[in-house]
Amino acid sequence: MSQFFQQVVSGLASGGIFASLALALVLIYRATRAINFAQGEMATVSTFVAWSLVHHGMPFWGAFFLTLALSFIGGVALERVVIRPVENAPVLTVVIVTLGLAVLLNGFTSVEWGSEVKKFPSPFPTRPIHVGGVAFSIQDLGVIGVSIALVVALGAFFRFTKLGLALRAAALNPEASRLVGVRVSWMLALGWGLAAVLGAVSGMMIAPVVFLDPNMMQTVLLYALAAAILGGMDSPVGAVVGGLALGVILNLTGAYVNFIGGTLRLPVALAVILLVLLVRPSGLFGRAAVRKV
Amino acid sequence: MTALLELEDVGARYGDIVALHGVSLSVEEGQVAAVLGANGAGKTTMLRAVSGTVRRSGSIVFAGRRLRSGPESAARLGVAHVPEGRGTFGELSVRDNLRLGAYTRRGGFDEDLERVRGYFPWLDERRDQQAGTLSGGEQQMLALARALMSRPRLLMLDEPSLGLAPKVVADIFRIVRELNELHGLTVLVVEQNARVALDASQHAFVLEVGRVAVSGASAELQANESVRKSYLGY
Repeated sequence: MSQFFQQVVSGLASGGIFASLALALVLIYRATRAINFAQGEMATVSTFVAWSLVHHGMPFWGAFFLTLALSFIGGVALERVVIRPVENAPVLTVVIVTLGLAVLLNGFTSVEWGSEVKKFPSPFPTRPIHVGGVAFSIQDLGVIGVSIALVVALGAFFRFTKLGLALRAAALNPEASRLVGVRVSWMLALGWGLAAVLGAVSGMMIAPVVFLDPNMMQTVLLYALAAAILGGMDSPVGAVVGGLALGVILNLTGAYVNFIGGTLRLPVALAVILLVLLVRPSGLFGRAAVRKV
Repeated sequence: MTALLELEDVGARYGDIVALHGVSLSVEEGQVAAVLGANGAGKTTMLRAVSGTVRRSGSIVFAGRRLRSGPESAARLGVAHVPEGRGTFGELSVRDNLRLGAYTRRGGFDEDLERVRGYFPWLDERRDQQAGTLSGGEQQMLALARALMSRPRLLMLDEPSLGLAPKVVADIFRIVRELNELHGLTVLVVEQNARVALDASQHAFVLEVGRVAVSGASAELQANESVRKSYLGY
């Protein structure tokens, strides 16, 4: 039983990481109906920036928050330079552009930081903590805490601030938003900035576990995509629930289903994508797409 | 009286289809002006040209300033456009819709809410309801309320009577008249329902295939039988 709880908690920790990245995907999807395939590579760049800052002697949390700020600026800049020119193009064009961006960023990290694996510091101690006879990793609990804080902060921003409201409005109804004076195009850039911040958090949280290299986020992006689809592509709540659920599902199937073990985790995630798309394409929380004719 | 809004030779097209052929007109400050005409005459496009939601040529001067293209600038100068189909945010709450109405301004939200609530007392108890679940008439009222939250100098209504019961239409036009008489709000209203629009307005323009065909005082247009027969269809 105690192994079960450990598996659930560490599943929630990786789930929190998937959730952050899934949330980033959903944020951009809601505004543009396009999946940003560069989201993972953007997170990798952010994590390398954090690594460089720590490497030059900055304390972890200082580097963490500075990286978030830089990621925000970077995300906004990417949108202005790369996405803006195709803003009115068909969705497929935007998707192809993000794929190209992913390749570009991947090359950039390899050139800039080299492709050998780097150790990324963890802000949390690796020793376990005992609660009711069950040993939990402080690392896992820390990651869960950071994910919760992030989601709460983002939720409050969207709910209570005027800018958050404008972001939601611009995604829901760009035309009507323009009429009330919302600068829709800038809202899109802001969305990219926020998505970059979310990705940066997921990158910095997973790097201590999987080590840092230019391809670090590629499988994580697939997990995040599975999480977003499970939760419903246009539902932020769904992304969070989907991420956590996926983390737990992967851990439990890995621990208790012998032939899956640690090696077949990715196929499980892909099976989740397939199953959701077959059975309930709008996901757990998404609204079914209604097309008016 | 001075002109609040002046259009000079304003044209607009959707792709190859020209919707406006050079419309020139002016709306006096404090006036209710109606834009009438058959389907496809360019009424909606004219409003969209003013609010900047369609690419246009020619010049539009609002309150002495030339409007730049792009809708945000018109909204920021005090043009509130309630589009056909209302343009409310169905997924957002009534309160959030009203917050968005006040988006271009800082502060004074509660004060404006109080004022708008005077016209639409029911908004208060429905404030947490999703706008999309309101009835058609309520959504039109909400769209109007949202427009008022921006403290507009010019209110543009596109087919406010569309699909609504006569009683609701009468309510809406009563409120528009009140806003005009008590607060001097300038209103430009596009209507299919010529009778209602002429009753509510002081001045009217009849558009025909993208041009102003007739313009004059509403009472005169209403009295002129040949205008009524050939352009207004009653």
